[in-house]
Amino acid sequence: MSEKRAKDLPQGAMITEAGNARLYETGSWRSKVPVVDKEKCTDCLQCWIFCPDNSIIVEGEKMKGFKLTHCKGCGICANQCPAKAITMKEEGA
Amino acid sequence: MAEHLVFNGDQAIAYSWKQVNPDVVASYPITPQTIIVENFAEYAANGEVETEYVCAESEHSAMSLCIGAAAAGGRVATATASAGLAFMWEVLWIASSMRLPIVMSVANRALSGPINIHCDHSDAMGARDTGWVQIYGENVQEAYDDSLMSFRIAENMKVRLPVMNCIDGFIVTHALEKFIPIDDAVVKRYIGEFKPIRPLLDIKNATTYGPFTGNDYYFEHKFQISEAMKSAMGVVKDTFKEFEDLTGRKYDVVEGYMLDDADYVIMAIGSTAGTLRYVVDQLRAQGKKVGSLKLRLFRPFPFADIAKALEGKKAVAVMDRAMSTGSSGPLYPEVCAALYNSKDRPRICNYIYGLGGRDVKPDELAEVFDHLAKGTCKDINFMGVRQ
Ligand code: SF4
Ligand code: SF4
Repeated sequence: MSEKRAKDLPQGAMITEAGNARLYETGSWRSKVPVVDKEKCTDCLQCWIFCPDNSIIVEGEKMKGFKLTHCKGCGICANQCPAKAITMKEEGA
Repeated sequence: MAEHLVFNGDQAIAYSWKQVNPDVVASYPITPQTIIVENFAEYAANGEVETEYVCAESEHSAMSLCIGAAAAGGRVATATASAGLAFMWEVLWIASSMRLPIVMSVANRALSGPINIHCDHSDAMGARDTGWVQIYGENVQEAYDDSLMSFRIAENMKVRLPVMNCIDGFIVTHALEKFIPIDDAVVKRYIGEFKPIRPLLDIKNATTYGPFTGNDYYFEHKFQISEAMKSAMGVVKDTFKEFEDLTGRKYDVVEGYMLDDADYVIMAIGSTAGTLRYVVDQLRAQGKKVGSLKLRLFRPFPFADIAKALEGKKAVAVMDRAMSTGSSGPLYPEVCAALYNSKDRPRICNYIYGLGGRDVKPDELAEVFDHLAKGTCKDINFMGVRQ
């Protein structure tokens, strides 16, 4: 996202465009990264329901991994996964 | 032009709101503001206004309700004082940062403790950094006029900031004075239709209010508020001028009295300015070259106007009806800053006075003039306290 000048921003920090959170990449906030073991995963999609950042990639009703541009590494998915298929690893380790 | 009415300051403000007919008034009563919301509640109950009148459970809630209502697209007014304003403090910043043109009357009252219900400016001065425009009135006429003008200033597209119009607790809020109101129809035309900017209730143009901003955008939004406050200076002056054209009543951001040839000047905010003019008249009759300066606008601060008014004077006393404990009064350093770069700056000293409603006597002010002339005042002085 380009860094706008004060004079080009909507006043009062109003957000005037719906759904623009996708333009704001929060992945850099992450200190831990989720890693899925697809051997254990049952594709129940609990992680997709709970992820606060819409960062679980789902294709054809199957859990396909994480959108790391936006995943903040909060670990909620790992905590919720009934199959214990997600582990949080140190970022960059 | 309408006849005179005899009202106290609070009643005059409630009357101005009745003429403005705001969409929402949300408030919590507190002395010495209570008469404003009591009278207005009566207007609402009698169907004399169409306002949605909300009794909040606290001042924090009252201001939060005002913020919600203003963001939804309504014209909003409220009133408070003292601890009530202090309790609102957190959300005052939200109102200005969301650029909501809320109008609030403040009946200036001391802060506890010891608990005290009488006049000083500690409450509003404590809110000076919150991004609200601050206007101070001297009497009932100004209470009424400032209340009306506040809507125009706040709602100006170059400003879009909340405005606080302040009057001295009890001295103005509870004293009956003659004032001249404006006819209902003229007020209606003067105030006009409220023009919201992207109101929450406009679902075709969905808007998010009050989002999080990080270290990458917070500063830019603060800068926007600073720019809006800068524009407010011109807008306040234009509003005063238009108001003069409408009513014949002339106001300025600073108002001098017998200033032109004065050597010694006392500067004050609020009702004390009236007492000062009386003292100036008395001393002028004795041939003393004294004058006074009344500050009407505290935020934005009129640095240039103050410098122009006080340059070349021999000595100036800045009266502060509030105290930043451990420093000086809040007005003093700003007046010093206004004059620091002047070629011919006066000696400037500070008088802290009138705290907790301590009476301000003409003799005491005459004594301050005497100290100015003799050069016997310290940098920071106290007037009227038993030391
Ligand atoms: S919650 Fe666990 S088991 Fe269910 S889809 Fe997500 S990773 Fe797979
Ligand atoms: S770590 Fe948090 S943000 Fe990242 S995918 Fe899991 S739940 Fe979503």
